[in-house]
Amino acid sequence: MSSRLLPFYATLAIFVLAYGVCVFQFPNMLSTRVAGNLLTDNAFLGIVAVGMTFVILSGGIDLSVGAVIGFTTVLIAVLISWYGMHPLLAFAIALAISTTFGAAMGVVIHYLDVPAFIVTLAGMFLARGMAFVITTDSIPISHEFYTALQGLYLRLPGGGRLTLIGGLMVLVFAFGIVLAHFTRFGSYVYALGGNKTSAELMGVPVARTTVGIYALSGFLAGLAGVVFSLYTSAGYSLSAVGVELDTIAAVVIGGTLLTGGVGLVAGTFVGVIIQGLIQTYIVFDGTLSSWWTKIVVGLLLFAFITLQRLLVVLSDRKRLLRNAPS
Amino acid sequence: MINVLKSIVLGSTFALALAGSVSAASLTVGFSQIGSESGWRAAETSVTKQQAEKRGVDLKFADAQQKQENQIKAIRGFVAQGVDAILVAPVVATGWEAVLQEAKDADIPVILLDRGIDGSPDLYMTMVASDQVLEGKVAGEWLVKQAAGKECNVVELQGTTGSSPAINRKKGFEEAIAGTPTIKIIRSQTGDFTRAKGKEVMEGFLKAESGGKNICALYAHNDDMAVGAIQAIKEAGLKPGTDIKVVSIDAVPDIFKAMADGEANATVELTPNMAGPAFDALEKFKADGTLPPKQIITESKLYTQADDPMKVYEEKKGLGY
Repeated sequence: MSSRLLPFYATLAIFVLAYGVCVFQFPNMLSTRVAGNLLTDNAFLGIVAVGMTFVILSGGIDLSVGAVIGFTTVLIAVLISWYGMHPLLAFAIALAISTTFGAAMGVVIHYLDVPAFIVTLAGMFLARGMAFVITTDSIPISHEFYTALQGLYLRLPGGGRLTLIGGLMVLVFAFGIVLAHFTRFGSYVYALGGNKTSAELMGVPVARTTVGIYALSGFLAGLAGVVFSLYTSAGYSLSAVGVELDTIAAVVIGGTLLTGGVGLVAGTFVGVIIQGLIQTYIVFDGTLSSWWTKIVVGLLLFAFITLQRLLVVLSDRKRLLRNAPS
Repeated sequence: MINVLKSIVLGSTFALALAGSVSAASLTVGFSQIGSESGWRAAETSVTKQQAEKRGVDLKFADAQQKQENQIKAIRGFVAQGVDAILVAPVVATGWEAVLQEAKDADIPVILLDRGIDGSPDLYMTMVASDQVLEGKVAGEWLVKQAAGKECNVVELQGTTGSSPAINRKKGFEEAIAGTPTIKIIRSQTGDFTRAKGKEVMEGFLKAESGGKNICALYAHNDDMAVGAIQAIKEAGLKPGTDIKVVSIDAVPDIFKAMADGEANATVELTPNMAGPAFDALEKFKADGTLPPKQIITESKLYTQADDPMKVYEEKKGLGY
């Protein structure tokens, strides 16, 4: 068990080390402002990453989430600005659509036995296309309720702000941790990712669980869209392009095995914050090209995949040695 | 318990850092750039860096890779860092209220470069931008002077249909020639701001106007289309710059090469130096608190063959156009 959690501890160590280096170079990085910013700026990424963690834990993948975020922002902006709908109603509609969308993908994946990669790729094109059909312009959202929501924050000592969306991300992570580790659904997800056939034999309701996982991912992508529209007060069909890949990177850096079955929701949180930390460092430095974010994330990913593979190989060898007749 | 301790430490380091930045003599300025999607944008970035270096400003540069969320993150990062001012070239017009309000609450002045935003003007100190109508007007006035009362048929290569530079540059040019009935726009079509499309549309113009004999001048909304059109004119056996005068807007290096070769006549500069006026305003504000006007218009300078185009070409070549 402990060797399986090694990637998580490695991530945690890397994060602490990286933050230490940052603070050593820029003492300002150790402020509640930066801490608050890390939560606020990565809120949408974190929320959608919780959903992705469940998907990857079950051995699947969801490439549609970035497009669903984009679609949700456009839908909300149109409902509020063009049709004068109250934001709460618009949120409800958007979340209902994104959840149904996710569930439908889950149905196709399970019953038609199509790889998740293909189904969610189609979902990605569909959602992004729908957003463009609605409008290609960036639509501003100006509603009193929006301004009020954006103005909500908890002042931290030192001038930092824990905004509504930053707090929401923390709540979603707490919910994700409970769901993964303390509910039956959570254990089904792990079982499914460990080995689908044996999970089925053990009596895991595979159909219900699969649909549930993708519905959850769709719902959280929709919620991330709501957060994104609060973040930019606008809906834009080109928003959140490529976020699905950042999300997958966050999950893997957080120590979740891409083949499923092993990982922690809390690890994903660290994975998200590490990405945010790299970006913050680049802004503080002010001379590095921002593309270094991608390079560092790429290197981290590579390092983690190698680490995970090594652990698997090592544990296999150990098992072989143990079982060998002496 | 740990949290309480942490926040005390955090609070005190933050206060110390603030005190440090106030006592420092030179300014620290954050610059959130859209990206480097066009040559002009790249030139704007290099000129901003040059200007900062010249004035001893410590410039923190953040490239947003065309994404608004990256720009918002960068601005928040600048606020957390406690910079003295923030320059932003906004990628879209909407969605800036919350983050600019945060900068305002921290008493950090924000200056917009080259594009405006939707929202209260209280959120920023000033905006530095070019006047696109004026650019068209300067080009038109040059032609009026050149034609000197003689009959002159103009063909126009418009920018991307519906884009604001295309609309405004057309408007300005038309205003300039409105008082001169001898100058007429006989054909006008979009060339999408690209070289290839500029060439293609110009070929069409030349065919339609009996090989180009009726055409006395070409007005292109940007230099790239003009460079394409010059190629088309040459292929039709005419001399660009003499048989058909060429005037365009932007002042990219290639058009200076064409002017040096006598193939283009004039260009109106869309200066990449938006940061210069911004730094001027900022230094003044920091010195005695003078607030600049809400909008600072950059100069729309006319360059002709008489302005030593080869020298300008050499100067501009290294800026990343």
